[in-house]
Amino acid sequence: MHKKNTTYWKSNLKIVISLLTVWFLVSFGFGIIWSDALDNIQIGGFKLGFWFAQQGSIFVFVIIIFIYVFLLNRLDKKHFSKSSEDD
Amino acid sequence: METQTLTYLFVGASFALYIGIAFWSRAKSTNDFYVAGKGVNPIANGMATAADWMSAASFISMAGLIAFLGKDGSVYLMGWTGGYVLLALLLAPYLRKFGQYTVPDFIGTRYYSNTARLVAVICLIFVSFTYIAGQMRGVGIVFSRFLEVDIDLGVIIGMIIVFFYAVMGGMKGITYTQVAQYCVMIFAYLVPAIFISILITGNPVPQLGFGDTLVGSSTFLLDKLDQVTTDLGFGAYTENTKTNIDIFCITAALMFGTAGLPHVIVRFFTVPKVSDARKSAGYALIFIALLYTTAPAVAAFARINFVDSIQNVEYSAAPDWFKNWENIGLIAWQDKNNDQSIQYSSGNALEGVRPDYSDRRGTNGERILNNRPNDNNANEIYIDRDIMVLANPEIAKLPGWVIALVAAGGLAAALSTAAGLLLVISSSVSHDLLKKTFMPRINEKQELLFARIASAVAIVIAGLFGIYPPAFVAQVVAFAFGLAASTIFPALLMGIFSKRLNKEGAITGMIFGLIFTSSYIIYFKFINTSLNFSENWLLGISPEGIGFVGMLINFAIAFSVSSITSNPPREINEMVENIRKP
Repeated sequence: MHKKNTTYWKSNLKIVISLLTVWFLVSFGFGIIWSDALDNIQIGGFKLGFWFAQQGSIFVFVIIIFIYVFLLNRLDKKHFSKSSEDD
Repeated sequence: METQTLTYLFVGASFALYIGIAFWSRAKSTNDFYVAGKGVNPIANGMATAADWMSAASFISMAGLIAFLGKDGSVYLMGWTGGYVLLALLLAPYLRKFGQYTVPDFIGTRYYSNTARLVAVICLIFVSFTYIAGQMRGVGIVFSRFLEVDIDLGVIIGMIIVFFYAVMGGMKGITYTQVAQYCVMIFAYLVPAIFISILITGNPVPQLGFGDTLVGSSTFLLDKLDQVTTDLGFGAYTENTKTNIDIFCITAALMFGTAGLPHVIVRFFTVPKVSDARKSAGYALIFIALLYTTAPAVAAFARINFVDSIQNVEYSAAPDWFKNWENIGLIAWQDKNNDQSIQYSSGNALEGVRPDYSDRRGTNGERILNNRPNDNNANEIYIDRDIMVLANPEIAKLPGWVIALVAAGGLAAALSTAAGLLLVISSSVSHDLLKKTFMPRINEKQELLFARIASAVAIVIAGLFGIYPPAFVAQVVAFAFGLAASTIFPALLMGIFSKRLNKEGAITGMIFGLIFTSSYIIYFKFINTSLNFSENWLLGISPEGIGFVGMLINFAIAFSVSSITSNPPREINEMVENIRKP
């Protein structure tokens, strides 16, 4: 039982850390640190760095959460196949 | 029908709807009152969270701020959405598993200490009241401009409505009213945005119109905007003027602050299961993103429309909205070059920045100001950024019902957030202060009564803030996020992800975070306001962004103190093990 919890927690941490890396990259990375450099690329009327700062990062945030929901539901099923109901 | 009549109709109908819902969803137990019986569907909870989160600031002020800040305004867009990723991945599911009612509840239990609980309650009450003051002011602005009632009467009407559903329905009443308020709010935001997008770019999707070409030309909207703003002496719209480190820290403080705001966190206590808490954060962000990705488009449209409709126009021929807002006291014009026309450019038009109106009218019919003109620039216009979203439909000459809709939407945004805040204040008083600390022997019925009394008292205080707005409202918003980021967020995060952190560590961490962040903000915002520019800031970080540094200090101190004091007791270890399981 204890061992099962530990492996579950470790896989969870791995998922969380990789998704937070993406979170950091699109907002602090593309939206701020490398934003000016990305502004040299223009797609339609948007400079890319500006777009990430004002819209793109938000779209990616939504996707990140749903990937997390999907991965965690799968992980839950693998480790606690009888879905645990709480109060 | 006249715009005025339509506005009464829309606002009246939406208020009737909220009261009806409140009546239908009365709270019968503390479980209902605090967490809506833990039976809220994740999609409904997502909408309620979105309404709870998107305040008068998001709905009324944000696009206006961005319109004038350009790319610098991105901090709000990223900061106020990115926090949901942190909430979903790091906090929401675990706090739902913990299964109690309030945020201080978790901190008090995890750190086995009523002192920790008390520190959390103090931060929570401070953060929430700061926030509420802004909501009530938003209600006042909407009422005075669109319904032409006195601001005070407007605030009182707002208080009565909130009283109805917050005191009667508790979390249950609030949740279902917020679902309705979200629908009103998002509809009211998108309709004018779509109209204006079609007018300016011909593209019906504002998110895309934002990057499209102007109608009848091959110039991109943003390129035109860059050129217009540069010509007027501002920086280019799509370029930053702040330093990267400051933008980084402000964004971080807003993100971590969002994830630490009690009225948002507590929403995830209301869903039936842990997996629902994760899903619910996702839905919440979708609903929020709908408004937040529209906002920068609205901002760009508003800026270009604003300049187009007043630049070099004779005052006597200026549009009605310009004069209406001037009468409210949120726009001012001073004819510096005596040509009877309006000239707008960069720089503060007036000495002392804010207009000081006299009772007299000038030869053109404008309100005469007591301010001396600022001779360092040619700008003749003072404009309060808060009015852009409300004025936008009028500036774009949209039909009256769109304007009425925006008024109802602004009220929905302000009231939904106010209600959510009142709930966390009242539950932390009745549950954490009374039941868990000072009066442990009260029964459930008494606790429910105390919760209702506390929320009634909180409504009255909030109303007073609205009627007598403290001059410091704008300054203290940085405070709310800074404190949430430097005290509540770290305590929650470490409580879940570290088993080693003990009560000594958590309490000293919170106290240091609190003292560091608040003294930095108080120093620059209240004591030495004249020194508040980048040369004097620590590492060039403005008071708005200092909460992020406060958070790092909190982490560092909490871990150092924990490492030299004893381990937390065995049952805490088990508790942490338990919340980590879904």
